[in-house]
Formats: sequence, structure tokens, C-alpha cells
Amino acid sequence: MGRTLSEKVWDEHVVRSTAGEPDLLYIDLHLLHEVTSPQAFDGLRLAGRRVRRPDLTLATEDHNVPTLDWDKPIADPVSRTQVETLRRNAEEFGVRLHPLGDLDQGIVHVVGPQLGLTQPGMTIVCGDSHTSTHGAFGAIAFGIGTSEVEHVLATQTLMQARPKTMAVTINGSLPDGVTAKDMVLNLIAHTGTGGGQGYIVEYRGQAIEELSMESRMTVCNMSIEWGAKAGLIAPDQTTFDYIEGRPEAPTGADWDAAVEHWTSLRTDDDATYDAEIVLDASTMTPFVTWGTNPGQGVPLGASVPHPDDFEEASDRVAAQKALDYMALVAGTPMREVSVDTVFIGSCTNGRIEDLRLAAEIIEGRTVAPDTRLLVVPGSVRVRLQAEDEGLDVVFKEAGAEWRGAGCSMCLGMNPDTLAPGERSASTSNRNFEGRQGKGGRTHLVSIPVAAATAVRGTLSSPADLD
Amino acid sequence: MEKVTTHTGIGVPLRRSNVDTDQIIPAVYLKRVTRTGFEDGLFAAWRNDPEFVLNHPVYSQGSVLVAGPDFGTGSSREHAVWALQNYGFKVVISSRFADIFRGNSGKAGLLAAQVDEKVVQRLWDLLESDPGAAVTVDLESRTVRAGEGEDAIEDSFDIDDYTRWRLLEGLDDIGITLGHDADISTFEADRPSWKPLTIRA
Ligand code: SF4
Repeated sequence: MGRTLSEKVWDEHVVRSTAGEPDLLYIDLHLLHEVTSPQAFDGLRLAGRRVRRPDLTLATEDHNVPTLDWDKPIADPVSRTQVETLRRNAEEFGVRLHPLGDLDQGIVHVVGPQLGLTQPGMTIVCGDSHTSTHGAFGAIAFGIGTSEVEHVLATQTLMQARPKTMAVTINGSLPDGVTAKDMVLNLIAHTGTGGGQGYIVEYRGQAIEELSMESRMTVCNMSIEWGAKAGLIAPDQTTFDYIEGRPEAPTGADWDAAVEHWTSLRTDDDATYDAEIVLDASTMTPFVTWGTNPGQGVPLGASVPHPDDFEEASDRVAAQKALDYMALVAGTPMREVSVDTVFIGSCTNGRIEDLRLAAEIIEGRTVAPDTRLLVVPGSVRVRLQAEDEGLDVVFKEAGAEWRGAGCSMCLGMNPDTLAPGERSASTSNRNFEGRQGKGGRTHLVSIPVAAATAVRGTLSSPADLD
Repeated sequence: MEKVTTHTGIGVPLRRSNVDTDQIIPAVYLKRVTRTGFEDGLFAAWRNDPEFVLNHPVYSQGSVLVAGPDFGTGSSREHAVWALQNYGFKVVISSRFADIFRGNSGKAGLLAAQVDEKVVQRLWDLLESDPGAAVTVDLESRTVRAGEGEDAIEDSFDIDDYTRWRLLEGLDDIGITLGHDADISTFEADRPSWKPLTIRA
């Protein structure tokens, strides 16, 4: 019987398989950042162990780094210690590091693909749940905890039970102005935050095939927000074109061999999935969240739901709690919700394509008087590319703040946070209570909605601007 | 790692679903480079509320947390597990755990016991009507017990066989895997040459 894409990739990485035990899976690429690695290196030191494959390991600094004054020492002493600890560990264990100030520094999930290190058919892990981003290339990529980081450092493998498989087939084409972000927010509202639990998901169908590489990353990035173990997309010409010529991409005969193998990474016609979801992209519209988890979303044209709209008692309680936290009244049109801050950035929507799209909408317009727009490129290279194209000027002339690269207000570990009670429209991936700063209220949105919202000061789409 | 067999302790009813790891420990508390001291960040935002369950003197001594479905969603931070452990929790009971949280718990020695949603309801009712009541979780027989007489609760919980065995034996995964070093080396010898390297020879 045929196999699915994820089964093929999984099988290629099984070092050892025994009944009653998880598989021992080989890891092709291990990405590290400052927050989830210090205790893992400590563990190695205590046990007198080394990093088995420094040449399959890459570290960068992203969660803690300031997006202003990045050329000066980090002001917050605790953040500085964490970053310096990573530098010491990288040095001691021989790991390649792209620190603050380096050309290749940035959000770890932006840096991997940009360097060409993320390739089809790989297994990729990182102590970060949005590692699922790399699945866009047809890799099995997932987040792990710090004990597992230590396990991979020491053995280049992980013990993993084989997940079930699911297909998410998205037929049709996205209408103009509707993006990959809207697509995935739609999907999560459909499945709930636990709907993907225990599955590796393959996104397929016409709407997925039509997405650019960067948009595919946006979709795979949010796999974890509906509980999936990982999410991936079969590699195709779009994938190969994106990788070719990048610094760490194969060349010459290696390139040909790689492409030949990558081309075989498709789900066989007679393969079956354990579950399947089918959606139609052509009916999708801009989508925004109203609550405190990514599954609590509605079309931008809809209103804040009423807790009684939900069938399950637990959903009604959750909705009431979310409305209280978000200070929203049921029945209010989403378009009337005014926001204080718009955040454009993160590993979901902080790549060059995102910034181009935002600039296109903002060009010639100004940010609403009581609204702040923060634009944070996902990596230094994205920042430089944007500056090369003059996008920074567009943003600054509109009254936005143009910053250095990093996670920034996605999680507020650096000084970029919401004040208590402040409301944001954010292109990131999590609207959890306090995610962007204690007491902050987050609405997840796409790039076009973020840009239009910055101009109008209330949740809006570009169509509202004319 | 310490062996885990049976634990009995005060149960804490956390009547919430979708408790994500940003709620268990907010990002600002993740800056430490040690594995200890994270108890100060546990449920930090909620602990400002005097009505929050852990602010109740009886529950503050708890070691068995009973929570709603989809516990531990979101960020992969193992700090969430450490914060629970540093505070004094040995067991979390829920009707559904997020994958990464469940994995992290198994590695760090926190017992994540998955029970039927009805069992969670009954435990909540019991722990609220009798604050300070003890819950016993027996990993050997995979059972959870609480209460006495007519209202006594006894039911089974789910945990995968491998994690159960490791916890019972107190075994460290890395040690086990290093025992398969030869298999790993054999696998590595066959990897295609075009696979990317971060450091070139
Ligand atoms: S941008 Fe946000 S979601 Fe992405 S890695 Fe950074 S903190 Fe995590």
C-alpha cells in the first residue's frame, strides 16, 4: 500500500524501531535559541557529554533581543545573561551562532529557510513550538522541550511515537486580498485548538499549491495552534526555486541528486490518511480573532459572538472568560473595535513578502493619530532587503516605527510590550492572555488587515480605505 | 531521575480549559538559565487575583493539579513543567494534554495523568466541597482515587507504556539512547552527501 508524504519522511529517519517503544528518529537539523537551551547545555556539562553533531546544529538570538539600540549591550541584565550564556555555550561546544549584530541573526524560523538549511525531506527540531514553520518545505519539523534539546545535542536523535496522519485539503483559490494567514485562522476556528492533537498534518489542494513559499510558511507556522504535531506541504517547483542558490543549498551534482529525491516526496495515490478535513478557499474572507486563543476567530465582517452561540458548556464558559479579558461586548461589529497598537512581524508574518504587502497598502497613507504601528523584520537580511527596496521609508513616512530584527512584541520578552489594557492587532500567532505583555489584549490578523487597521485605527481591511 | 510510583497529596481544582503555557508561566519569567526558582512565575497573572485557587491557604499546599481539557497548549517551554514542579506539584490530571507539554512532563518527571472528562468533573466537585481532600495517583495500577464512602472516586488514567516504564524505573532517556550508539553511527554512515551541514569540513 502507498505511503503518505509524512510517512515517507519519517521512515527515512528511523534509526531503530522496536515494538512497545517509540521510534528512535534521526534529526537532520537542530536549531537553538537563547531561551530553551541553557539548561540543556548545563545537562551536557554535568554528564560530561559533548554535542554529537555540531555540524547539524545552528544557534541564533531572537526571543530576548532588543529591536532598538541592538548595537549596544542589552540593557536588561537578565536578558543579557541569557544571551551571553548562549554565546558561551556555543563557543564551548563548537556550535555555529549568529549573534545580535551578525548579518544572519534573526528569528530562528526565518533564518533557517533563508540560509537554505531548511530543505525537503528533512527532520528539523528546535526548542520552540513554531518549528512547524519549516514543514512548508516538505520537512517533518516540530518543537521540543529543553530535556529533548539536551537529548538531540547528545545523540542527534529523539525518541518519538509515530503520529497519526491527517490531510487538510484546501480546494479552490483564495479571493484577492485574502491571505495564507486568513486561511489558517479559518482552519483553526473550524478545528478548535485541540483538533490536530496527535497528528502530522499534510496541507494540500489547489489553494496550497498556489501559495508562495513564504505564505506556505505562514500556514505551517500555525499548525501548532490547532495542536498538530507538525504540518507539512509536498515540495514542488515553487519549493526548489526558493532553495536554489541559497548559501547552504546543494550545488552541482548534489543539487541534481537532491532534486531527484525531493521530487519523490509526494503522497502516493493509493495512500490513506487517518483523518481528513476539506475546506474551500474561494469562500474565505479576512479573518480576525476576538478571544484569547487562536481558535476564537470570526470573519472581519462579523460581530463579536455571544457566549450563548456556543453549543458546548465549556466553550460558553471559555467565551465568557475571553470576552471579559478582552473587554469586548457580544454583538459589537469587529470593524468597530479600535486598537492602540499594530504589530507587523514574527515568524508568522515577518518575512520580506509580508513587508512588501504591508508597504503597498500603507504607501501614501498615514497611521491613525491614536494608533502606534511597529514594524519588526524577521531577520537582519529581511531588514536590509526591505531598506534596499525603500520599504522602511514608506513605513516611517506613514508614522510607523521601523525596528531591528527579532521576536519582539510577538511574546514581549524584550522591551516591546503592550501596557495593561492596551489592545493590539498583531500579525503574530498567539492571542493568549498576557502574551504581548501583562494585561495586553491581542487580535490576530493578516498583513493586509494589520496595515489597514493601522491607517483607520479600528479593525479594517484595505477595502475600507477607499 | 527520581522514580515515580504512587503519589498522594492535596488536590487543586483548576476549573479552566485551554490553559496554555503562557498562562502557566509568562515569557518574562523565562530568562533564568537554571532549572529551579520558576515557582514565582507559576500562573503569575492569575495569582494577582485573591480568588484564584492557589491563593486559598488550603489549596496552596496542593501537589495534584486537576485541570480542564487542552492543558499545556502553546509554547514548547519546559519551564511550564519546571514551574509546576518547583511549586510542589507532582501530578497534573486533565482530560486532554497538549503533545509537547505531555512529552516535557514525561522527561522531567511530572506525572501527566489523562482521565475521562467526567472524572475531572467529579474531582472538581469533590475538591471544592471538601477543600484539602487528598487525591492518590498510582502509576503502577494506572488509577486515580479520591474521597471516601459513597462519593469515592476511583478510575483509571491513561499514560503511554513507555513513559510509564521510564517513570517507574526513574530512567534517563539520554542514557538509554546512548546505549544504541552503534545504530546511530550506522545510520549516519548512510546519510546522503547532499544533506546540508551548518559547518563545512
Ligand atoms: S516570533 Fe514569536 S512565535 Fe516566532 S519564534 Fe519568536 S516568539 Fe516564537
